[in-house]
Amino acid sequence: MSILIDERTRLLVQGMTGTEGTFHTQRAIEYGSKVVAGVTPGKGGMLALDVPIFNTVEGAVKETGANTSMIFIPAACAADAIIEAIDAELPLVICITEGIPVKDMLIVHEHLKDRPTRLIGPNCAGVISPGKCRAGLMAGEIHLPGKVGVVSRSGTLTYEVVTQLSNLGIGQSTCVGIGGDLLPGSTFVDILRLFQKDKGTEAVVLIGEIGGTMEQDAAKFIKEKMTKPVIAFVAGSTAPQGKRMGHAGAIVSGSSGRAQGKIAALAGSGAVIAKNIAEIGLTVKNVIT
Amino acid sequence: MRIHEYQAKALLSEFNIPIPKGGVASTPLEAGKIATELGNKVVIKAQVYSGSRGKAGGVKIANNPQQAEKLAMQLIGSRLVTHQTTSEGTPVHRVLVEEAINIKREFYLSIVVDSTSRMPVIMASEAGGIDIEEIASVSPTKIIKVHIDTATGFQDYHGRKLGYGINLDREQIRQAIHIMANLYRLFMEKDCSLVEINPLVVTYNGEFLALDAKINFDDNALYRHSDINQLFDKEQEHPLEVEAKELDISNYIKMNGDIGCMVNGAGLAMAVMDLINQVGGRPANFLDIGTVNDYKRVVNAFKIFIDDPNVKAIMVNIFGGISRGDIIARGIVEAHKQMNIHLPLVIRLAGTNANDGKHILEKSKIDFIEANDLYEAARKATAAAKGETR
Repeated sequence: MSILIDERTRLLVQGMTGTEGTFHTQRAIEYGSKVVAGVTPGKGGMLALDVPIFNTVEGAVKETGANTSMIFIPAACAADAIIEAIDAELPLVICITEGIPVKDMLIVHEHLKDRPTRLIGPNCAGVISPGKCRAGLMAGEIHLPGKVGVVSRSGTLTYEVVTQLSNLGIGQSTCVGIGGDLLPGSTFVDILRLFQKDKGTEAVVLIGEIGGTMEQDAAKFIKEKMTKPVIAFVAGSTAPQGKRMGHAGAIVSGSSGRAQGKIAALAGSGAVIAKNIAEIGLTVKNVIT
Repeated sequence: MRIHEYQAKALLSEFNIPIPKGGVASTPLEAGKIATELGNKVVIKAQVYSGSRGKAGGVKIANNPQQAEKLAMQLIGSRLVTHQTTSEGTPVHRVLVEEAINIKREFYLSIVVDSTSRMPVIMASEAGGIDIEEIASVSPTKIIKVHIDTATGFQDYHGRKLGYGINLDREQIRQAIHIMANLYRLFMEKDCSLVEINPLVVTYNGEFLALDAKINFDDNALYRHSDINQLFDKEQEHPLEVEAKELDISNYIKMNGDIGCMVNGAGLAMAVMDLINQVGGRPANFLDIGTVNDYKRVVNAFKIFIDDPNVKAIMVNIFGGISRGDIIARGIVEAHKQMNIHLPLVIRLAGTNANDGKHILEKSKIDFIEANDLYEAARKATAAAKGETR
């Protein structure tokens, strides 16, 4: 089993005919994901990578029964694309786009309230359920089907961790990139809740970083609700104050947001802390065996 | 993006928020002239991006225009070292000359986006003039917070709640609501990530004034604010950070160590810095090279390493996903052709086309130290920077 996406996922790609959209859609298809539609306004009726293209998300959903959207729309128009997907009542929307203004995301979140859509990202690497479906930027071949769930704010950091896990023979149920922005659609707690419920997940790796309070919220949830073991790592212990470390959300301002506080909160919740990036795989192995 | 205090105050004024009378000067003569026009006592404030200027000697009082000119002469052209800057400090190119104000009460007022509630939050406190972090740790109950639903926007009741919370009287609340409504409008219209008036003062004449102001902007939204974009003062940033931006390497931050780091992905770059520190090394920088589709990006990264006199070793750690190992390797080879690079170089390639990349490097006869995993890369780079033999 897995969370969010699996063999029943019918993927729609917004911005499929762009350079990034084409490249990653092709890789998703090669991995075995069922890509049923693309949406590019003005190109409706065409075929790209043998996939039918529609002018609107609503039209694509109606014709193909798509149930998940993956968004590769440039930042300036991405909020528009997310809102279109929400209004088409897609249960799951994965927004890969990086650099969306915070104000645009405030409007998206306002619209998202009380609606059935779950948003993952933006500014994320996407989601993969190994062996079933790939909806994101990750290389499929580093993954191994299995029972460890991974949730992370960072793309390449996740690839590093997944490689360590797969090399030790530890497979993954689902790997979720929630993204590096200040206002992610789904938080650590949202994804931990899904992993806790999922029968196919036996342990969870949480990869956090400086900025915000999502790791502290996760710690509270782990302490109160999680029965499955959680292995946690927080990047940025040596990051300077007041500097934006690449990700829009990765900035330490004042005492809140520091790695040390997050690590302490997670350790206090009963999560096992990996003391550095190079030892995450081994830490997981020690916990589950 | 940050801007200077005088620019922030000009924006406040544009949004009808009262500020003290004054002007900005880039020469002592100009400062004297402004002081003459203002008459009476004036305050001379160094314009730098760093906070804590007062404690660092960046804010001075002048009793007459002659003294104003003399104090401006001391400040302009100097470098201000505060606890937020490096030991080199930040250059002062301008001073703000303002009328000195007789303060009756001072408050704290700010707006940021709260990531937990996903809403803008207005914060006000009676403990004005001191750092909000300090207020939060000493007396958190003294900070009144009101979240604003973006659908309704700022309503007068939000202002009443904040105003009563910081013990304003009826007339003061009327004025404060006006200021808060305008501040919220500024925050939203200009895509700010922070607007802070600290202190917001009430004078003995009963008027409100924004005595100091700080405004930061959302970098992702700058494309739609050319007026704001041009306010950026690149002389306030580290020259290497400016150079990196000009070379289209936007995620570069100068650090104090001696290992030049090139990593793809912000989270991985941070984790690698942490690991280097753990094994006893010190990174010279944070550098997320992003997605590399063009080998020239790699050459540009090497240019920055070469221009940083502190770099004693280079460490490349690329986990190929979208970025391909062969392109990275080509960039490294090209950098060695274009520049005289004699620094020890530790390379770890993994992921997409890593083997092709290794093949290109081996064929090139470039002198480099290969690492198979992160630990090895961090240890070898640390040893190399210390001049230890392999």
